[in-house]
Amino acid sequence: MKNAGIIMIVGSLLLLGLFQFPLWTIMLGAPQYPEPLGMHIFVNGIRGVSEFDVQNINGLNHYIGMKVLPTADEMWEFQAFPKILIAIVSLGVIIGILMAMKKISHNWALIWFVAMSILGILGMYDFNLWMYDYGTNLDPNAIMKLMDADGNPMTYKPPLFGFQKLLNFDVESLPNVGAYMMFVGMSLTVLAFFVGRKSATTT
Amino acid sequence: MKKLINSLIVLALVGTAISCSNSESGGKSNKGALASSAAEKVYVAPGEHDEFYAFMSGGYSGNLTVYGLPSGRMFKEIPVFSQFPTSGYGYSEETKPMLNTSFGFVPWDDAHHPDISQTNGELDGRWIFINGNNTPRIARISLTTFETEEIIEVPNSAGNHSSSFITENTEYVVAGTRFSVPIPQKDMPIKDYKSNFKGSLSFISVDPEHGHMDIKFQLMMPGFNYDLSHPGRDKSHGWFFFTTYNTEEANSLLEVNASQNDKDFIAAVNWKKIEEYVNNGGGTMMPANYAHNVYDESTHTATTTMKKEVLTVDPLKVPGAVYFLPTPKSPHGCDVDPSGQYIIGNGKLSADLTVHSFDKMIAAIEAEKFDGEAYGIPILKFEDVLAGTVKSGGLGPLHTEFDGKGNAYTTFFISSEVVKWKLGTWEVIDRKPTYYSVGHLMIPGGNSRKPFGKYVVAMNKITKDRYLPVGPEMEHSAQIYDISGEKMELIYDFPTHGEPHYAAGCPAELLKNNAKKIYRLDENKHPYAITSPDQAKVERKGNEVHIYMSTIRSHFTPDNIEGVKVGDKVYFHITNHEQDFDVPHGFSMIGQNSSELLIMPGQTKTNTWEPKKVGVWPFYCTDFCSALHQEMQGYIRVSPADSDIELSWSLGED
Ligand SMILES: [Cu+2]
Repeated sequence: MKNAGIIMIVGSLLLLGLFQFPLWTIMLGAPQYPEPLGMHIFVNGIRGVSEFDVQNINGLNHYIGMKVLPTADEMWEFQAFPKILIAIVSLGVIIGILMAMKKISHNWALIWFVAMSILGILGMYDFNLWMYDYGTNLDPNAIMKLMDADGNPMTYKPPLFGFQKLLNFDVESLPNVGAYMMFVGMSLTVLAFFVGRKSATTT
Repeated sequence: MKKLINSLIVLALVGTAISCSNSESGGKSNKGALASSAAEKVYVAPGEHDEFYAFMSGGYSGNLTVYGLPSGRMFKEIPVFSQFPTSGYGYSEETKPMLNTSFGFVPWDDAHHPDISQTNGELDGRWIFINGNNTPRIARISLTTFETEEIIEVPNSAGNHSSSFITENTEYVVAGTRFSVPIPQKDMPIKDYKSNFKGSLSFISVDPEHGHMDIKFQLMMPGFNYDLSHPGRDKSHGWFFFTTYNTEEANSLLEVNASQNDKDFIAAVNWKKIEEYVNNGGGTMMPANYAHNVYDESTHTATTTMKKEVLTVDPLKVPGAVYFLPTPKSPHGCDVDPSGQYIIGNGKLSADLTVHSFDKMIAAIEAEKFDGEAYGIPILKFEDVLAGTVKSGGLGPLHTEFDGKGNAYTTFFISSEVVKWKLGTWEVIDRKPTYYSVGHLMIPGGNSRKPFGKYVVAMNKITKDRYLPVGPEMEHSAQIYDISGEKMELIYDFPTHGEPHYAAGCPAELLKNNAKKIYRLDENKHPYAITSPDQAKVERKGNEVHIYMSTIRSHFTPDNIEGVKVGDKVYFHITNHEQDFDVPHGFSMIGQNSSELLIMPGQTKTNTWEPKKVGVWPFYCTDFCSALHQEMQGYIRVSPADSDIELSWSLGED
């Protein structure tokens, strides 16, 4: 049970990586951008892959009427997510400590995992909603108003995951180190559950 | 968990596979080894980069051009001594001071010998220096921005030709005079030249951090013509060697009268000894007047300081500082091999090359074996300093470079060829024709302790039929030879801009990762810069109107201006707000008696316009910056001189 508790603690703490590393990265390559522009999405804001990328993405997007990328204080998510994350990590660590001290059952690891998964899915859903708004809620006075093959106004929602061609840009949206750390961390909490169960059945 | 580990392993393997396939595609350039044709050797596939940079002087263009080797593709013309309407260099308010001299604004020069800065005798890629031959000047160009940062005028000099060569730690950039002149200048009969004129050799110190130049001292030598020079290196570091001609001191019909002496001299100057003398208070401060122009990257602005004195040194006051090495037949190029042991005099009126030995020179000096003196300067015995003679079989040797593998390559102007020969044995290994009448040649790093002996570029003086005819005036021609084997192989022929006299080359790796992409707007300290479009404004100071304008794709802020009057002098101070690589904006105003401006991201430039006619006059962006480039335009309303229309400006208002 001690091992399970330690694994639970380590797994929860790995989520702190989200403060240091981007969760997701969207890269935009184009013929005139052989070194692609890119944005890192952190839990607390959007930052350019290179220093001026956000400014340059905004500059290009104004032609098609997209809004400028939100700064950290323009989206409630960037305020709330760090707090939620701190809370859930603390909870995970406490669960780990109590498991190691055999004060609570290994089932708490699983409960934590399920709660975190639900929050994660909600987060992704929210993120996708924002991207939808970002890509479709366009300035009616945009310089370039383009139509798709069916004659409908073009929209520019970046893909949530994977690759998509948007005008002259090749857009690639993939998880980054923060997400991988979260993934590993969450897997460890599941492992903590199994290790805890095993030691519970053998003793 | 096991599944997770398995899938992680799979991911790792996929990653390795991707990186393997990358390295395979990167290796395709090795194909040339299988079928070694000249075409493959110079072919740089679309999107790929050259192996070397080559900086070629523009001669009478006054500028420096940047090429790639082996492709011969030109990447940039860097304005140095000449006004350049393409960018506004020498026209903009910020850069006009770069061309100030004691003769006033001199918008042109004859740029000859570029040399890249060195540390421990190896190219370090910080700066490149070049001389202005006509109105004596030395320029320093940054190798991060590839822009001219500093120009210093050289007083007491005329025909600044044995320049600009640098010592092996860039302690000095050296500038020698080709014409001797009265020093100080005075009204006197020309025929009294002999023994009255002097030749100055200037040692210009280079600040190791900023590169700023300052004339440390001028050595006042006899009135010969100081043709070319090179620093000693490695064992001969601390010495500098200058070829001379016209030791006859003729003042007319030099082609005959300066060719009478069987031998002229190579002057060997122990600059370390003179430096010590000067540091101990030696030398005579002499009144002078010369311009020192410095461009500040943070203000994007150059300023001129007129300097009023220069320290001169009489060589006779520093025993052991200068010796003459007799060298046959009006030597032109003066080249020192990578080891510093051999000093090559390219006797331009002969077939042979004279090679002096540094060790023998030192031995002869120590033994005081002199063969008379010239104006008090000891002459060493020719036989005592001679290391060997290259019986070339060619005619008119001019310049020699080295491959770092014990070989030397000499150009022959009259017989129009490059001759490869071996240092030490003096035997000729190979010879290849050039097209036609080659002047200088260049091996990247060939003028350092560490040459990169893969290609030699011959810079020819005569083009004739090499390219499609374009009338009487043509660009000069250059040839690239592969020198990686025993025999040289001519692999490419390309036209060059202006008249390259000399060139300096270096591996691409030395510079390509340090090249600047943008200027940071948040570091722009230009007094008229605006860092945000809402700071845009128009101010009147008497009849001067100052417009603080910004650009970003695809508009000017402001783009409608009223209240300007006939007789005003309008200053456009334009800041490019882009922070994206290769997004300049241009600016041009109808009827401007000046040039356009090409403003790099983050930069501020200023030019002026004096409206002469009432009306509404347009301006526009000259750089096809974006899809909406044609929309990047604006109007200025010009009212009569007595109009009382107030200044106003706007963007996007009706
Ligand atoms: Cu433009």
